[in-house]
Amino acid sequence: MATDRKPTSDLPEQEQQNDTQSQQPLTQRVSRRFFLSSLGAAGLAATASPVLAATATLEPAVVEQESEAAAPAGAVPVTLKVNGKSYTLRLDPRTTLLDCLRENLNLAGTKKGCDHGQCGACTVHVNGQRVNSCLTFAVMHSADEITTIEGIGQPGHLHPMQAAFVEHDGYQCGYCTSGQIMSAVAVLSEPVGPTDDDVKQAMYGNICRCGAYPNIIAAVQAVRGRA
Amino acid sequence: MQTFQYQQPSNVNQAVQAGARSKTAQQYADVRFIAGGTTLVDLMKLDVERPNQVVDINTLPLAKIETAPGGELVIGALARNSAVAHHAVVQRDYTVLSEALLSGASPQLRNMATTAGNLLQRTRCPYFRDTAHACNKREPGTGCSAIGGHNRMMAILGVSKDCIASNPSDQNVALTALEATIQVQGVRGTRSIPIQDFYLKPGSTPNRENVLEPGDLIVSVTLPAPVPGTRSHYLKLRDRAAYEFALASAAIVIRVNGSRIERARVALGGVGTVPWRSREAEHVLEGQTANDATFRRAAEAALKDAQPASENGFKVELAKRCMVRALTVSTQSA
Repeated sequence: MATDRKPTSDLPEQEQQNDTQSQQPLTQRVSRRFFLSSLGAAGLAATASPVLAATATLEPAVVEQESEAAAPAGAVPVTLKVNGKSYTLRLDPRTTLLDCLRENLNLAGTKKGCDHGQCGACTVHVNGQRVNSCLTFAVMHSADEITTIEGIGQPGHLHPMQAAFVEHDGYQCGYCTSGQIMSAVAVLSEPVGPTDDDVKQAMYGNICRCGAYPNIIAAVQAVRGRA
Repeated sequence: MQTFQYQQPSNVNQAVQAGARSKTAQQYADVRFIAGGTTLVDLMKLDVERPNQVVDINTLPLAKIETAPGGELVIGALARNSAVAHHAVVQRDYTVLSEALLSGASPQLRNMATTAGNLLQRTRCPYFRDTAHACNKREPGTGCSAIGGHNRMMAILGVSKDCIASNPSDQNVALTALEATIQVQGVRGTRSIPIQDFYLKPGSTPNRENVLEPGDLIVSVTLPAPVPGTRSHYLKLRDRAAYEFALASAAIVIRVNGSRIERARVALGGVGTVPWRSREAEHVLEGQTANDATFRRAAEAALKDAQPASENGFKVELAKRCMVRALTVSTQSA
């Protein structure tokens, strides 16, 4: 039952990207997600009207008409504070915080694993507490400070936990990784005992199909000074 | 997921009035309160719950955990599971509750889930959760797919020919052994419901799980003042060491004088259609010597009327051993 994907007029566009990105070659400024979506649009453009062909550009298309048509009757206005920035949106109330982050705000670092609160891939911080963003509606969070993996650290200035995951090879496919890191960062300020077993007990809400657990624990313990 | 109107009442009265517009407070309520959302959003995604109004109560001032003048502990309806589990008074005087909470769900879910929401958690029966299957709890009279189906996780106590869905809660088993009371504000004022009287066994109306009526909003849960010398413990047995529901669990609240059991309260989880208070076990225990033979006799009494289904017969012996072990741990010299 995924809510419809749509670009919105509130999309932060390129200002949301890293400062360093504008200095990079064009091919590196295009995200994987946008590249794949433009292949689809180009395919349409080949067979459809010239209006559609105009959307197959290298800039993320901010399609005003489509976003107004897509905001449904009963859309709820909400201002969300994410990684220190405010975003004003009008949302279908069914939009989970997870879908809002990924689809409306283009913050795709948070992943959808099970969509039912059973895997932890969607872990973000709300007011400093780790939660599963798939089981809460975005419109409920207007007074909250939300932190995602994008707000924890960035290339060039990684959070110590991100650096530790790299150093200790704490991931394989990477799909659970942002959730693991968000949980691990929260563990740093929770009352968790010193042993590896204590870390396992604190992190069991994040599952990893690749089985990177030993290295994840090593990364967490390294940051906690208990390697 | 069906669309809905989202509302944020600014006080408890407004919330009650909003809830009162619902035709029922039970399965398929058309107005639902949302707090943590960990059950409601899950079930709405499965189309098992279909409210057309969702009333967000998160801003109501119901999150405090406070000791009342008479020594009772009053836990606000919106106190998060993690806050309750880590509260110093809960850990010291109501250890079974802290242990039960920490054995359940995950750290993320515990940060979201609230005390009152947890009281109302729903069965994990796979047929209830899948609208492709007949389910008397969703639609009475359509049949129970678990009876004669895959029922390994289902109940052996309090079952009926119409429903064997187990109640999966840990918190509520501990609250049952603690003899908690539930404070509810409704259209006709406030009332206090002993947890023993809160849940309804399925009978022929498995769609009705508790005594709440439209407009009823749980505002707090109260634990009796602790009695010196009382110890408590929660033991949860399950397929994995973490992140899994109980096959069988036991909550014990017990006071021993020398080797004589002065007072015992026993509740079982994972095996009942509701959190299962076992007065049968308590009658065997009280006044007796705290030893293995006594514990075993109590366990036999507790499970005497068990009615296993085709795949969960193992739970009868498992629940007995769980209770014996929990009693042993809670009466061991420190």
